[in-house]
Amino acid sequence: MNYLPSVGLEVHVQLKTNTKMFCGCTTAYGAPPNTQVCPVCLGYPGAMPVMNVAAIRLTVLSGLMLGCRIGAHSKFDRKSYFYPDMPKNYQITQYDQPLCLGGGLVIELGGQTKLIRLTRIHLEEDVGKSTHYAGCSGVDFNRAGVPLMEIVTEPDISSADEAVAFLLALKQTLLYAGVSECNLEEGNLRCDVNISVRPEGTGKLGTKAEIKNMNTFKGVQAALKYEVARQIRCVAGGGRVVQETLRWDPDLGETFSMRSKEDAHDYRYFPEPDLLPVVLADAQIEAWRATLPERPAERRARFMHVYGLPAYDAGVLTAERGVADFFEATARLCGNGKAASNWIMTDVMRLLGESGRSVTQCALTPEVLAELILLVERRTINLPTAKGLLPELFEQAGRPAELVATRGLGQVGGEDEIGRLVEQALAANPRVVQDFLAGKQAAAQALVGQVMKLSRGKADPQMAGRLVAERLAARQGGAAVS
Amino acid sequence: MALDIDQLTVRQAVVGLRTGAYSSVALTQAMLEAIATRNPAVNAFVWLDEADAMRQAEAADRARQAGQQGVLLGVPLAVKDVLNVDGHPCSCGSKILRGYTALYDATAIARLRAAGALLVGRTNMDEFAMGSTTENSAFGPTRNPVALDHVAGGSSGGSAAAVAGGMALAALGTDTGGSIRQPASFCGCVGLKPSYGRISRYGLVAYASSLDQIGPITRTVADAALLLGVMAGRDALDATTLDQPVPDYNAALTGDLRGLRLGLPREYFVDGMDPEVAVAVRAATARCRELGAQIVEVSLPHTRYAVATYYILAAAEASANLARFDGVRYGFRATGEGAPIDMYKQTRAQGFGCEVQRRIILGTYVLSSGYYDAYYLRAQKVRTLIRRDFDAAFAQCDALLTPVAPTPAYRMGETMDDPLHMYLGDIFTVTANLAGVCGLSVPCGRTAGGLPIGLQVLGPAFGEERVLRVGHAYEQSRQGEAL
Amino acid sequence: MGVSCEWLPNHGYRREGVDLANTTADIRVAYVANLARLELDEASCALFQRQLETVVEYVRQIGELNLDGIEPTSHGQPVYNVFRADEVRPGLSHDRVLANAPAKMGEEFKVPRIVE
Repeated sequence: MNYLPSVGLEVHVQLKTNTKMFCGCTTAYGAPPNTQVCPVCLGYPGAMPVMNVAAIRLTVLSGLMLGCRIGAHSKFDRKSYFYPDMPKNYQITQYDQPLCLGGGLVIELGGQTKLIRLTRIHLEEDVGKSTHYAGCSGVDFNRAGVPLMEIVTEPDISSADEAVAFLLALKQTLLYAGVSECNLEEGNLRCDVNISVRPEGTGKLGTKAEIKNMNTFKGVQAALKYEVARQIRCVAGGGRVVQETLRWDPDLGETFSMRSKEDAHDYRYFPEPDLLPVVLADAQIEAWRATLPERPAERRARFMHVYGLPAYDAGVLTAERGVADFFEATARLCGNGKAASNWIMTDVMRLLGESGRSVTQCALTPEVLAELILLVERRTINLPTAKGLLPELFEQAGRPAELVATRGLGQVGGEDEIGRLVEQALAANPRVVQDFLAGKQAAAQALVGQVMKLSRGKADPQMAGRLVAERLAARQGGAAVS
Repeated sequence: MALDIDQLTVRQAVVGLRTGAYSSVALTQAMLEAIATRNPAVNAFVWLDEADAMRQAEAADRARQAGQQGVLLGVPLAVKDVLNVDGHPCSCGSKILRGYTALYDATAIARLRAAGALLVGRTNMDEFAMGSTTENSAFGPTRNPVALDHVAGGSSGGSAAAVAGGMALAALGTDTGGSIRQPASFCGCVGLKPSYGRISRYGLVAYASSLDQIGPITRTVADAALLLGVMAGRDALDATTLDQPVPDYNAALTGDLRGLRLGLPREYFVDGMDPEVAVAVRAATARCRELGAQIVEVSLPHTRYAVATYYILAAAEASANLARFDGVRYGFRATGEGAPIDMYKQTRAQGFGCEVQRRIILGTYVLSSGYYDAYYLRAQKVRTLIRRDFDAAFAQCDALLTPVAPTPAYRMGETMDDPLHMYLGDIFTVTANLAGVCGLSVPCGRTAGGLPIGLQVLGPAFGEERVLRVGHAYEQSRQGEAL
Repeated sequence: MGVSCEWLPNHGYRREGVDLANTTADIRVAYVANLARLELDEASCALFQRQLETVVEYVRQIGELNLDGIEPTSHGQPVYNVFRADEVRPGLSHDRVLANAPAKMGEEFKVPRIVE
């Protein structure tokens, strides 16, 4: 019998805010333990939470990007369970009235597209971080109270590859919206994976198991592959999957039951009495919506249509919002999308890759690149000269036109001048000319190279090529006559 | 001659300090001496740092010499052990907060400080404000200074006993189901529970977040008005405070009741009430009529469900609010080895007293899987009905007159083994917390045995001016009488 | 193919409740005390069981009211949208925070070893 896996994800995304969800402590990463804490996020007696409006706004923006409905009346609830990294031993989260409902994200895999539906998006606070030592554990509460957005999918995902495709598409969308840094190393994106398998042809889902707290895409993929196989083996062998919480051990490559979560099912949710409901006016939502960027998929389609780019190129250019913005600004300034695309996809991306920087972190701006493209297009300089200038402009601010002027890099202009250089080259290389006349076509290229050399690289290679061909043809003709 | 603070009011002290009749140091010294003499029998204060008090007094005197003003400059106030005062302990009458030092000021405390007040000592209370007698404290019971074999009431029993027992001019209390009004009534002082959202709860260790309010316990209604004015108003740190202007409460104290309609809720004059209490409250009603008020009968039909509703909601919220006391970040930790769960269970079992454990269990039960709708959600709906009762009543009258409690102060130990019996004593006070309205307790006589009786004046949400006006006029009309 | 939405992570964000009128005061103190992390010996457990059965029996009287169409009240005053600007405020001093800790381990709060 064939078994189908159904996978749902609960993705926790750290929002890009200056301060925590319910207090004014900074969210900056990497500070010494327990230095970014206050009575509120430490759960001190008497302290009270107050909602960070930026967290609400970023969650609503995410919802709008992902096609969710924004809840008319949203509220926060207390979810009770005891754990050393939980300052109040309840987490402020949203139970039955989340900020965003429904929505979905289209993924692409092997040329096929598929919609992964979202159940909801809600907002909650993060817990502290515990470190385990020989006979004890230590808790750092710097992270406690950092705003987390939890994106919950329907069990629409049916393979490990789809799960990864979803996570990549989600990350891309969230980066576009500017709601999160999505930095995996800093734990900005973590997810719980719910898995069940069922025999093909049945509609009812099997019993699910949940793998907690995965923080790499590779991990999700490996854990899912393992767990799906385990469940199928179990069911196919006549066994039953136990509903349980699992932990993925990346070193052993296996999932393990987390006994500590055994009695954590009775969370005693009730409305948080210290916080008031969120009732967003349509005008507020629309004002926020107006600040949203184009979605990645829409932008890709537009790049193909407006700039005539192939699908692959448009995909590469829209993968990151910063690159897409850079491309589009460059294309507008120089009026040549194709050239802008060529430059960015080859030279600029190579420099970015080598330097490990993002497009906003280098000195090169769309203005500079567009100027460079125009200098080539207007034949002020030739392409190799332009490419030679790029690394310098990438490192430090400068105007290409000025560099060309001060360094005398301008192309050697007229036919007369290049014609003289061609004559020089032919005269200096009689054997090469002989080779050509003897039928060795490649010899012409060597002569063009000599012309470029004589011009110190500044000749227009096309013109040089044409003139070399003309002069050689004349000699050929002459030889035939004589 | 040493300064006598036995009857001194906050207003009198403000004048005395301003005119230079005495210094804050002298006033505070007198308070410390009174505490030294009287507290051993009463146990109103559970902590006192005399040097810290004197430092605050000296600073206030220096500030005055430097020309600084302040509504309460140099006035020492006693603080219930549930409010955070930076640098002081805050034990909530519990062993579980042993060793905890507050690292911040509650907003109400910060506002009193800004007005120049001194914060002196910590007053006893039922553990985490759960109780009506101040017998449930890790620091031992507080006795009623008027009759030492009786309870001071609770949970703000230490504050009421300090004020009634000549140890403090005024004190801060908190009221979740009557915890300011009932001890004020039992000890013969004035107690005000403001409307929900009037005073910031930030820094008040939460018992039931949707019901708790801070308020003053004083010797006169005018003092209550003065302290309320300093503490009231929106606070950015407490989202549940309302952005309502703070009126001049002193201006509301006109001394007469002309043009006011006062309602007597039928359900608050029931069989089984102590006859002396009934007589005293009826007499107070008659006095209010003489002062110009029109008396009407009204009905609050859902009153009989109030205690049940209150205990469900308060216990549920408390079960979550008190989860943070786990021995990890502050306070007491049982030296339990093993896993964190063992440490939690032992810390909490040893750190919390019986009444607190009972309410945590009750609250956990009503929220546990499968019971939420039956208890918590239902209770919230009954709360809506109780609130509507008040809306309807206040459509017919300006304020309500009721007893504070069905009986005067209990004998020590009387309610200890029967929690339900004690809970039912809250019947007349819990409604105000459930509805979010304001309530004032004013002395209105004594029993033949000399126990104080309190009159409760209830007003609509943010109707503090009205209840203060009624209480003040009544109080003035009985000036000179032994209450 | 339609997949039934019975399947939702964790709970399903829906509650299944009991009808107060059709149940007895069935508080199980031992179970609830464990949820609340209270270590009770047998004597306290029995005492609380007895006392709380009485209390639960009493509070169950709210079951007699017809509450159809009544909105729940969760706050003293009905207000919405109270927010804080996303501005950093100074927190607590590290030393004072750790001075309040019952046990510490370097810069961290020390707890018994957590087993996952």
